[in-house]
Parts: sequence; C-alpha cells; structure tokens
Amino acid sequence: MSTQTKGIWKVISASSLGTLIEWYDFYIFGSLATIISEKFFPSTNPTTAFLATLATFAAGFIVRPFGALVFGRLGDIVGRKHTFLLTLVIMGLSTFLIGCIPTYENFAFAPFLILILRLIQGLALGGEYGGAATYVAEHAPANKKGFYTSWIQTTATLGLLLSLIVIITLQKLMSKEDFNSWGWRLPFLFSFILVIVSIIIRMKMQESPLFTELKEKGTTSTNPIKESFGKKQNLKLVLLALFGATMGQGVVWYTSQFYAQTFLLKTCGIESTQANTWLGIALIIATPFFIFFGWLSDKIGRKSIMLTGMLLAIICYRPIFKTFYSYADVRNKTEVSSNITIEKIINEHHTTDSLIIKTTRAVYADSSTLLLKETFSQETKKLDNIKLIETKKTITLSSSYQWKFIVLMFFLVLFVTMVYGPIAAFLVELFPTKIRYTSMSLPYHIGNGVFGGLVPFIATLITLSPSSNYLSGLWYPIGVATVCFIIGLLYLNKKQDA
Amino acid sequence: MLKTIKKYLGVVWILISVVAIVALIFGAIQNINLQGKLDINKPLPWIIIIVIFIPIAFGLSLFGWYVLHDEYSTKK
Repeated sequence: MSTQTKGIWKVISASSLGTLIEWYDFYIFGSLATIISEKFFPSTNPTTAFLATLATFAAGFIVRPFGALVFGRLGDIVGRKHTFLLTLVIMGLSTFLIGCIPTYENFAFAPFLILILRLIQGLALGGEYGGAATYVAEHAPANKKGFYTSWIQTTATLGLLLSLIVIITLQKLMSKEDFNSWGWRLPFLFSFILVIVSIIIRMKMQESPLFTELKEKGTTSTNPIKESFGKKQNLKLVLLALFGATMGQGVVWYTSQFYAQTFLLKTCGIESTQANTWLGIALIIATPFFIFFGWLSDKIGRKSIMLTGMLLAIICYRPIFKTFYSYADVRNKTEVSSNITIEKIINEHHTTDSLIIKTTRAVYADSSTLLLKETFSQETKKLDNIKLIETKKTITLSSSYQWKFIVLMFFLVLFVTMVYGPIAAFLVELFPTKIRYTSMSLPYHIGNGVFGGLVPFIATLITLSPSSNYLSGLWYPIGVATVCFIIGLLYLNKKQDA
Repeated sequence: MLKTIKKYLGVVWILISVVAIVALIFGAIQNINLQGKLDINKPLPWIIIIVIFIPIAFGLSLFGWYVLHDEYSTKK
C-alpha cells in the first residue's frame, strides 16, 4: 500500500470514527427517550412536559440547521480540521454531562439542563457532517470522491446500530431495575471514552490540502454565509441541492430506518426484541451498499443512482409496508388455542373507578403468538358504565417469518444506501472550496433534520384524517420524494453530476 | 418542448410552497387542542414547524421563480 493510499485511509477512519460517535451520541438520547422522560420530564408537570416537547422538536428542526450555519461558517474561515474537532468535543461533553445530571426528583433545574444539552447536541451534529464529508472529499482524488466519502455515509446507520448494541448489552448484563435506576447513564458516560479516542486520532490529522492552498493564497472567504446565500449563482445551487436531492433523501432515510421501526412496533404490534433484531440484521447486511453505491457513483454518476433509489422508494413503500402489516395481522391466521384472564384493580388516578384488565393469549397454526391486553375503566357506583381506555397488542411471529421480514427491511435500507451513499460527494462537488462547508451543510440538515424529522409528525396527522388507514402516513414521504425526484430529474444536469 | 415544460413547472413549485404553508396553518388550527395528548395537539411543535417552514417555503418559491426565469438551463 502506497503512502498516499495509507494517508487517505487514515483520513477516512479518523473522520468516520468521529462522525459515528456523534451519531451514536445523538441516537442514544432518542433510544432512551422513555427513561429520560421518566427521570427528567414527568408528564404530570406541565413545565417539564413543555420542555420535553421543546427538546424533541427544537433539536432536530431548528438547532441542526443553525449548527450547520455556525460551524459551516467557522469551517470555511478557520479550517475543516479544527472545526470538526470542536463539534466532536462539544458533542462528547454534552453527552457525558447528560449522563451525570441528577434526576428531576433530586434537582428541580435538571430538565432545563437536559434541554440545553440536547440542543447543544443538535448544534454539534449540524456542524459535524459537513466538515467530515468536506475533509474526506478534499483529500480524495477526483475519480474516487464517491467511494471515499461513502464511508462517512455509513456512520449514521452504524451509529444507530452501536447505540442499540450498547443499550441491549447493558440491559442483558443488569437487572431491569438497575438499568432503569442508574444503568441508563452508562451509554452516555461511555461516549466520553469514545470521544477521547477520536479526538486523539483527529488531533494528529493535517488540514485539508485544498483548504490549506486557499489559506496560503489568502483566498478563503471572509463571509461564507453571505457568499453562500447572498450570491444568486450559489443560492441557486443551494436550492437545487435541497429540493432536487436532500429533501427526498431525508424522507427516504427517515422512513426506511425509523418510521419502519415504529410501524412494526406500534401499527403491527410486533414484539420489540424480535422487530429490532430483524431490523438490526437488515441494517448490517445493507450497510456495505453505502460503499458500493458510493463507488458506483464514481463510475456512472451520482444523479442516476440517487434518483433510482428515490423512485424505488416511491413505488415500493406501500407494497412493502402492506406486506409487513398482513404478516402480523392475526385475522389472516388460524387460531389453535386461546385463553382469557380478567383482573380487576383500583384505578390509582381516579379512585372512584376500577380498572378491568382483560388479557387474551392466543396461539396460531403457524406458531405465532398473540398477547392482547385490553384495559377498561368501570365506575364503582355505576357498574354497567364500562369504557375501553387502552388496547395493547403484542404479536410474536413464528421464526418462519424471519427472513421474509429481513429481506423486506433490507430493501428499505437499500433505498437509503442508494440515495444516501453518493450524496456527500454530490454536495461537495456542487460548491466551490471556499464556501463548501457552509453551502453543503445547510441543505443537508434541512433535508435530513426538517423534511426527514417531520415524517412521524405529518404521518400521525394524516392517519387521523377521515378515511385514512394504516398506510396513509406514507403519503408524506412518498409525496416529498416524488417532488424531489421530478426536480432532480429535470434540473440536475451532467455538470452538477460527477 | 421539454425545455418549455421545465420552465413552466416553476409555477407548480411556487404553488406547492404556498399550499404547504397554508396546509400547515390549517393543520395547526384544526389539531391544536390543549386537552389532547398527542404531539399534534400541542401548540409548540406547530409553532416550531411553521416558523422553520416559512423560510423553506420561501426557498421553494424562489426556486420556482428561478426556474420560470430559465436560471437552471444548462447554458447558465
């Protein structure tokens, strides 16, 4: 291996490791959201409930694009290396501190601190990606930018996987009580070690050669934000990048990796360990395709791969989600045995009511099992006034479904690898070196953070409308991806495509 | 022919941006309910989403405007 080749792999590994850790940090908060809510944002307190909502929505929608502007500007003025080192330190420290803060029970100010730290996490994430992608691309030869930057593209998925592995491992190593009491803090504290390792590696790296050249010539931008968005020639490209590429990429990415998980757990009612394990296997199998499509984009162009991925998602989402639902639908199965137990308890919140819990356990011919828990409230003084207040369905599917699910999930993630694998190289090549960090970061984070992040909210909104069904929520990602596909197809030209 | 279609689709992009904002505002009015438990019943997410979406919709309008004025033709 030549010195130059060794050099590029050092650049890729240092950049990818840091970006992976940042995604890990961002996801563990999301994965442990239920415990964090219990510890810091009790829903009975209106102020903390308000702060919880703010933490959920502001971190993705406002702070990420804002971080893209703040750190993008810094990266185009000071340099890529120091800026994405700074985002890593900020992310690592805020994640570590989340793991140290006493709970709301012991420290009334805790929810405010958690909110601030979550917003800082969003800010750091907004600055990290553009820096890492730019840094790698500016080290890569022109005909290999897609292949080399695709390693950065794997980090979002691997960060999610790492967060799930750490959490599941800890949950297996300790009792449920211990994990809920203090064990949940360990994934946050663990981040500190990861960040220290990554900082040491990144400290040894050199500044990007293209940025160094600009610096030596004194031709770096003095006001990258003004140049990126104030000059028509560049603003046109920012808008095209957003509406012709990142907007569709964001919704495909979110729908395939996150909405699919929520759909399996909540809409289909599949048992969580089973659904998460199958999704994890599909993610592992599909991840190398980020690199494959990045490599392929160097050969045949970025546009065709990204738009094909978007088109496949548009066409296949409804049939795939419909198949998931039909596999889990017990009406399509033959019941072989069932038993029902009924339990009556006092309602702690309304002592004038009783709660009746009806539990149905059923076994089906294909060995799938169903646990249906229906909770009714009954007025103590008016016994015939019974209302159904909650239904919880958990279906554990027979192992014969395992590979059917994994294959379908694999295709969902494959669409992500097609739209996401080549996009870093596409964005880097679209903008000039002196304002690249700023110009590419904003459309990326609006596409991912805003359009992608809106998937669950808009999907819920659609499913509540009259005549909607379990698939209606998909119209949002399908609609956004369709608009993006048409814009990309018509207005992205060969010059903007590698 | 395709060039003309591409150009006049600019109107569609402008219209989509206006419709998106109007739909969000109507969605907020219809769904905000202080007694509700879902995120779509809370005012805060709607305020954040509408505030962040206004400049994005403006950007889509501007994109449509540029398209109408042939700014994305390969010659430019």
